[in-house]
Amino acid sequence: MTIALAIVLGAAAGVLAGLFGVGGGILFVPALLMLGLGQHQAEATSLLAIVPVVLVGSWRQHRYGNIRWDSVWKLGLGSLAGVVGGGLLAERLAPGSLQRLFGVLVIAIALELGWRAWRGDSRRVVTEKPGAR
Amino acid sequence: MLVVLIGLVAGFYGGLFGVGGGTLIVPGLIWLGYRSKIAAATSLAAIGITAVVGAIFYAWYGEVRVLYALLVGIPAALGAVFGTAFQQRLHSRVLTALFAVLLAAIGLKLVIG
Repeated sequence: MTIALAIVLGAAAGVLAGLFGVGGGILFVPALLMLGLGQHQAEATSLLAIVPVVLVGSWRQHRYGNIRWDSVWKLGLGSLAGVVGGGLLAERLAPGSLQRLFGVLVIAIALELGWRAWRGDSRRVVTEKPGAR
Repeated sequence: MLVVLIGLVAGFYGGLFGVGGGTLIVPGLIWLGYRSKIAAATSLAAIGITAVVGAIFYAWYGEVRVLYALLVGIPAALGAVFGTAFQQRLHSRVLTALFAVLLAAIGLKLVIG
C-alpha cells in the first residue's frame, strides 16, 4: 500500500516537473520518507530519482523547442559549486535549521510571481533567440 | 553572469534540501525576462546537472538507495511526458500564476515544517 502510494506520488512529481520545470524533489523526499528512509537518505535518493525525470522531460521540451541551452550550461556551472556547498552544509546541520528561512524566501517569491501574473508581464521578454544577454 | 549566480544559489538550495533547485531557477529566469515556458524548460535541463552531481556527492557518503530512486523516479519520468505536453497548451501567464500557487504551498510547508 505504501509502495503504491509512493508510485502515485512519484508520478505526480513527474507531472509537476514537466509542467513547472522543477525536479520533483518536493514530492520525492516525502514519498521516500514514507517508505522508511532517513532524512539524509531521502534527500540523496531524491536527487538520483530526478535524473530520469530530467532526461525524459528535457527530451520532450527540446522537441517543443523551449530550452535555451546556453543558459542551461551557465545555470549548471553555478549550481555545481552551489550543490556541493549545500550538500556539505546539510551533512553538518540538524535537519530543519534553515527550512524556515528558505520557506519565507519562497513565499516572498510566490507573492511576487503571483503579482506579476495578475498584472500581466509587460517587461522585456526573452524568447527563443540566444545571446541577447 | 546573473544566470550563473541564479544557478549558484539554486544549487546550494538543492544540495541542502535534496531537491533540484528549480524552485529558485524558474523565478530567477522569469525575473531576467524569460517567458515562463522557456524558463521552466531551461530549468528542467539545468536541474539534470545539479541532480547528477548531487547524487554522486551523496553516494560518496553512502546515502543513495538506488532501488527506491527507481521506484519513484520511473513513474515520475512517465508523469513528465504528460506534464510537458500539458504545459504546451497553457498560456505563459497562466503557467506563472499556477507556479506562484505551487511556490506558496512549498513555502508554507517549509515554514510550518
